[in-house]
Amino acid sequence: MSVLVVVECDNGEVKKSSLEVASYGSQVAQMLGTTATAVAVGEATEANLASLGEQGISKVLYDNDSRLKDFVNGAYTKLIAAAAQQESAQIIVLANSNIGTAVGSRLSVRLQASLATNVVELPKTDGGQFVVKRGAFSGKAFSDVVLSGERKIIAVKKNSMEPLHNAGQTATVEQFSAQLADADFADAPKQVIMQEQAGGILLPEADKVVSGGRGMKGPENWNLIEDLAKALGAATACSKPVSDVDWRPHHEHVGQTGITVSPNLYIACGISGAIQHLAGVNSSKVIVVINKDPEAPFFKAADYGIVGDVFDVLPKLTQAVKELN
Amino acid sequence: MKFLVCISNVPDTTTKITFTPDNKELNKAGVQFVINPWDEYALTRAIELKEKLGGNVTVLNVGEADTEPNIRKALAIGADDAIRVNAKPTDAFFVAQQIAAAAKDGGYDIILMGKESIDYNGFQVHGMVGELLGIPTVAPAMKLDLEGNTATLEREIEGGKEIVEVSGPFVVSCQEPMCEPRIPNMRGIMTARTKPLKVVEPTGEAPRTQVTEYALPPKKQGVKLIPAESAGDLIKLLRNEAKVI
Ligand SMILES: Cc1cc2nc3c(=O)[nH]c(=O)nc-3n(C[C@H](O)[C@H](O)[C@H](O)COP(=O)(O)OP(=O)(O)OC[C@H]3O[C@@H](n4cnc5c(N)ncnc54)[C@H](O)[C@@H]3O)c2cc1C
Ligand SMILES: Cc1cc2nc3c(=O)[nH]c(=O)nc-3n(C[C@H](O)[C@H](O)[C@H](O)COP(=O)(O)OP(=O)(O)OC[C@H]3O[C@@H](n4cnc5c(N)ncnc54)[C@H](O)[C@@H]3O)c2cc1C
Repeated sequence: MSVLVVVECDNGEVKKSSLEVASYGSQVAQMLGTTATAVAVGEATEANLASLGEQGISKVLYDNDSRLKDFVNGAYTKLIAAAAQQESAQIIVLANSNIGTAVGSRLSVRLQASLATNVVELPKTDGGQFVVKRGAFSGKAFSDVVLSGERKIIAVKKNSMEPLHNAGQTATVEQFSAQLADADFADAPKQVIMQEQAGGILLPEADKVVSGGRGMKGPENWNLIEDLAKALGAATACSKPVSDVDWRPHHEHVGQTGITVSPNLYIACGISGAIQHLAGVNSSKVIVVINKDPEAPFFKAADYGIVGDVFDVLPKLTQAVKELN
Repeated sequence: MKFLVCISNVPDTTTKITFTPDNKELNKAGVQFVINPWDEYALTRAIELKEKLGGNVTVLNVGEADTEPNIRKALAIGADDAIRVNAKPTDAFFVAQQIAAAAKDGGYDIILMGKESIDYNGFQVHGMVGELLGIPTVAPAMKLDLEGNTATLEREIEGGKEIVEVSGPFVVSCQEPMCEPRIPNMRGIMTARTKPLKVVEPTGEAPRTQVTEYALPPKKQGVKLIPAESAGDLIKLLRNEAKVI
């Protein structure tokens, strides 16, 4: 019996969400008195994989088949199933990402496992049951779920675990092959198009986000958002109407019908705080709201607020961050 | 082309969520249920493709009789017929088995779903159905086009998208900006009343997960306001008090 964690890599680096997954997996392994092995997908370097030792991982399996560089649902599923078999893994931990949930849901059927997605805490195992807490109702609630199958698959919500810092620990990296056939690549991409990232920070992975709404008045004012984001090392986001009218690209739109983010810091500038917007951001640890209307509903969901004009307040904040650094 | 569109019945996006006193179920009193918003993209795209290429659109819901108004709504939007699997959808794998069984019976070419249900946020039924049927799942897709037997899709990945081509039957989960979801018109509402809605009983294995308790998030302490004149103080608080920068 062991724990298998699925680590996503991009441009050689292990994604931050996957460091959290590795940390989660090794802590579960410790609770159960066993070890955690990782299987890595995407483009990785040996040195970065070895550094997963810091997350309490003893061994990393990696198949450097070049066809696995980009996401292929069929092939990734087969690779991870083979790794789970080799390691006699009873528990598989992956990120609650597009890749993690796509693979996890297929694996749960193939391995006859209980699956819980959107998990926010380490499991409770007292009383012989295995219980995880997961987010539900688009950030408006949580549920405790018993995973009753012998095998369990857990998709961990981003930013709900802290990575560990076992400095100096390294994992051994082993070449691993799952004997993939052409049929496993039925959904292989013909082309991969990556977005341009402002400041190189990916919104779903960001731990700080500066977000703008209709109160920003027009796309020409977004330099105010970008300047603060840059000073803070944050990603930029927006409300739905802003992307609907193409002030900002669709992939920056957060909320019920956009992406869900749960950063440590979310700064909302000129956003009213409609319930559908809150659904995508309300699990952020600290929410700051800047709005000229003291009655804006967002203040009810905020930790800090400034009643004021974004055009006046944002430059002051950027300046203050620069002074602090 | 035979399209199967799976729709989930969910609380309206503006619902204030509360639970029954034992915290074991959603308190449905006063809650307005709607077609899961993502499933409206699946439904509309299926209807658009049918209008272009010919064929048939079936909607399917796993739920008890109280979901029928939303099934009729899907028929009013333009689906041709409907299936309701008469069961409480208590676990995603259970739901997936019902969809897979219906899909096998009906010989559908494309099974369309939403990217996630906005109530249980599982992000999983589409992958499970693909695996149960042994066919590819493309999730979540922002674009779906058909040319002969080949479908071209845009699949969203973190930080970008992949262009994927699949042929033969497949499952797709839909999200914006795939299409502009349609609303029913008067004629649709009239004809929906007489379109076939078949009720079938569930099959398959027992669920592998059980919800034991729901909880609301802890209440916020209340907002701390900083005067606009001394906006810079906010940054000090974020560093020294909240410790997030
Ligand atoms: C089914 C459905 C799904 C939806 N999904 C989403 C979603 O995923 N994400 C989302 O964001 N929305 C979503 N919406 C839309 C949502 O209901 C709101 O309409 C939207 O969030 C409002 O965007 P906003 O706050 O930018 O604009 P507004 O509501 O217009 O708010 C602008 C705010 O800016 C303030 N303001 C104006 N000028 C200034 C200034 N100079 N300085 C400071 N403040 C200023 C105003 O006081 C106001 O509060 C959805 C709606 C529906 C019906
Ligand atoms: C009384 C009750 C008890 C529950 N207990 C549990 C529990 O113990 N464990 C648990 O995991 N869940 C439980 N649920 C959640 C329920 O099983 C969900 O409907 C199911 O998990 C699917 O939701 P999802 O978020 O996983 O779907 P997702 O994977 O997010 O949905 C993706 C797509 O699948 C399709 N789809 C989803 N549900 C249906 C449906 N019912 N009919 C047709 N198509 C559908 C839609 O196209 C949807 O967009 C319970 C629900 C109820 C009402």
